[in-house]
Amino acid sequence: MTNQAVAPVAPDAPVALAAAVDWRRAVRMGLLFGVVALYVCLVGMVEVFQPRALVTGIITLGQTTMVLVGVGAAYLTIRGQSMDRAGAAAAGALAGAVAGVFPAVLVVIMELVNLRAMFLHASPGTSAVLTLGLGVAGAWIPIVALAIVGAATGLLLTARTDIQRPAAAALVALLLTGLFAGLLRPPLLASPFTAALGRFLFASDGLTVAGAVIAVIAVVGGRIAMRRVNLRSRVAALPPERQRAIRPFSLIALVLLVLWLPHGVGPFFAQVVAVVALYILMGLGLNITLGLAGLLDLGFVAFFAVGAYTVGLLTSTAEYGIALWPFWAAVPFAVLLAMAFGAFFGLPILGIRGDYLAIATLGFGEIIRILAGSDLLKGLLGGPRGIINIPKPIEVPPDHLLAGPIQIYYMGLVFALVVAFVAIRLRDSRLGRAWLAIREDEDVAEALGVNLVQTKLLAYMLGAAFAGLGGAVFAGLLGSIFASSFPLFVSINVAALIIVGGMGSIPGVVVGAIFLIGVPELFREFSEYRYLFYGLALIAMMLFRPEGLLPSKIVQRELHVEENVDPGLGAVAASWEPKGTRR
Amino acid sequence: MTLLVASQVTKRFGGLSAVRALDFSIEQGSIVSVIGPNGAGKTTFFNCIAGFYHPEEGQITFDGMPIHHLRRDQIAHLGIARTYQNIRLFAKMTAIENILVGQHFRLHGTWIGAVLNTAGVRAEEVASHDEARRLLRFVGLAGKGDVPADKLPYGDQRRLEIARALATQPKLLLLDEPTAGMNPAETAQMTAFIRSLRDELGTTILLIEHQMRVVMGISERIAVLDYGEKIAEGTAREIQTNPRVIEAYLGSGSAADIAGQDQGEIDVTLPSGG
Repeated sequence: MTNQAVAPVAPDAPVALAAAVDWRRAVRMGLLFGVVALYVCLVGMVEVFQPRALVTGIITLGQTTMVLVGVGAAYLTIRGQSMDRAGAAAAGALAGAVAGVFPAVLVVIMELVNLRAMFLHASPGTSAVLTLGLGVAGAWIPIVALAIVGAATGLLLTARTDIQRPAAAALVALLLTGLFAGLLRPPLLASPFTAALGRFLFASDGLTVAGAVIAVIAVVGGRIAMRRVNLRSRVAALPPERQRAIRPFSLIALVLLVLWLPHGVGPFFAQVVAVVALYILMGLGLNITLGLAGLLDLGFVAFFAVGAYTVGLLTSTAEYGIALWPFWAAVPFAVLLAMAFGAFFGLPILGIRGDYLAIATLGFGEIIRILAGSDLLKGLLGGPRGIINIPKPIEVPPDHLLAGPIQIYYMGLVFALVVAFVAIRLRDSRLGRAWLAIREDEDVAEALGVNLVQTKLLAYMLGAAFAGLGGAVFAGLLGSIFASSFPLFVSINVAALIIVGGMGSIPGVVVGAIFLIGVPELFREFSEYRYLFYGLALIAMMLFRPEGLLPSKIVQRELHVEENVDPGLGAVAASWEPKGTRR
Repeated sequence: MTLLVASQVTKRFGGLSAVRALDFSIEQGSIVSVIGPNGAGKTTFFNCIAGFYHPEEGQITFDGMPIHHLRRDQIAHLGIARTYQNIRLFAKMTAIENILVGQHFRLHGTWIGAVLNTAGVRAEEVASHDEARRLLRFVGLAGKGDVPADKLPYGDQRRLEIARALATQPKLLLLDEPTAGMNPAETAQMTAFIRSLRDELGTTILLIEHQMRVVMGISERIAVLDYGEKIAEGTAREIQTNPRVIEAYLGSGSAADIAGQDQGEIDVTLPSGG
């Protein structure tokens, strides 16, 4: 019955296949993604992205967002369902068409009513994208276009794997190179050797057709070549001692890649990777406080500020500098002072538990920021005008190998390695175990003789020390610091990257920093829309992978529990009989 | 020698006196039980000894030292360890890690020593892991050291909790219903194990227990609490024939408490075991 009611919407659906295809699901997904399409149109993504091309002259980014809506609707309709190819194409087409009805209706409504008082982007511009410039006469276009996209998605999803995989890879490659065209083109044009190549591959607004073809050929060809060489299984087939011999080489390759990174990616990226390195450093510090000891410290930025101001005061050659020390002499003081502040702040509040501690520490973070910018300390810290002319850690000419953010990147990495080493040693010590015990149940830990104040204070102070180190690096990176450089957002970012990476996991901190700090920077071109996806990614992350991207083993056990512990009368441990039991 | 003396201990919650003017003492090397109907104040009294609560009146001395005002960790340092009525292991840590936390305060490695991985720290870690493995064997958990505590079967969790308490090398071990939720076979094993703790390690044991079979079998002395007051104290035989005890249990309507819980029999004539 449903089939007949729905079938007219998708006239190309063969009725004979109805039994195998879940039409209801197709309509449901279509409706869901129709709302997504409506949202995407009304927040302006379609209109704002229109001038940017994915492939110049072929498809714009505005159109791409609508295509992705169709792909999403069809994908969720077909995924995990068993259908033949025609059925999948039909279901995908139906889902796409249903989703397309929403923007189509929007075009008509925009023609009849002016919605712009409420929705800025309910504009002729959006309408033009949706109807390929035809206006209300082309209101049918989104329906048909998304139906075609949905059908194509259906065909692709039911294709043989040796067609499906390369095709999907090619599309993803096309999407990524097109999206990052704005980032990839400038470094190519900068060098006289690659400028011609850059102009051949990229137009000013996106990939050229030639660039698109080459991207697809490169990816598909690369896949085929990889398949031929089949590196992984060849390595696996080697005798173990040969495999061990290979390992240092892959490690060296990784190290070289990390070292080369800021040089290869141009000055804008160099700044981004330096900031990522800085956040890795701070993340490793907070990982001791939050990840191991479970103390949710939202005032972390306070210690970051202490470190930065210490370096600023001790080294600045401008008004508020007091010592004119070289950068490196100031760093140990920054660390020690941040640690002292940690002790000073920690003692009164570490008796507070959980959520309350988070609020108390948040207060401290704000106090420090406001004090630093206040008139009270203006004579000392410069107030809102801040401290300027902080020397670079290493003074080099501007075209030197270590110029600008590049040296900060290396410095951040070296410090991060040191901090990671310290963190690993601590985690595996009696203190690490005591921290974990406090995180699990602090009452019981105390009843076993763990001194809560001492142990928590140590975690808090070590976290503060590493934050101070991060602040010192930050001062060296920017060369000037202001009270406004230390917003609450820094603390929240550091806490979030630990949670996304995986609580207590050291590789998790690195991955979390790249994902939360680095990736949004890559999309800077798309202004505030990137935060839309940032937020969506965080929500999806917490829904589908709450233990983090790279969880430490302990946390992984924590959140994916199979309930296999018999709560009542447990298994009789027949084997148990203490030795030498006397009656 | 008397190890623990409580005199006139009173603990109030608002207007309610959970423990009222309690006098109590434990001889070194003995096994003593506290029994009583639900809500009689047994666990409150336990919490006063272990420093979870601080009594409003009276004092508790351990080894001649007043302890009723000390923090939990200070009391643990003096040699009192406990288990919990509802098991409170560090659920996500492995069995051996749980035991290692119990050794924490007896180890001396500093954080700098740990970072530098000094010879002293390494030797201490090796020794503490050896001792932890020995304790695992002692409680019958050999080979299960790397299992997360919450993945152990129920009986193993109870035993691990005792092993963790033993890792502090206590003079006095407080066991809060160690056989709760166990079947008769497991209960018998646990009873024998508790006796072996005293016989082999010389640990003094104070026990809260509901199952009369366990209490009567292993306790040298028994104290009976009702409404926060001690209504009787003595050997198993004396308690069984004490009219106030029988009234407290049977008169109050909670007959099931004095009966062997799962058997439903009234056990007042059970002869005391050796």
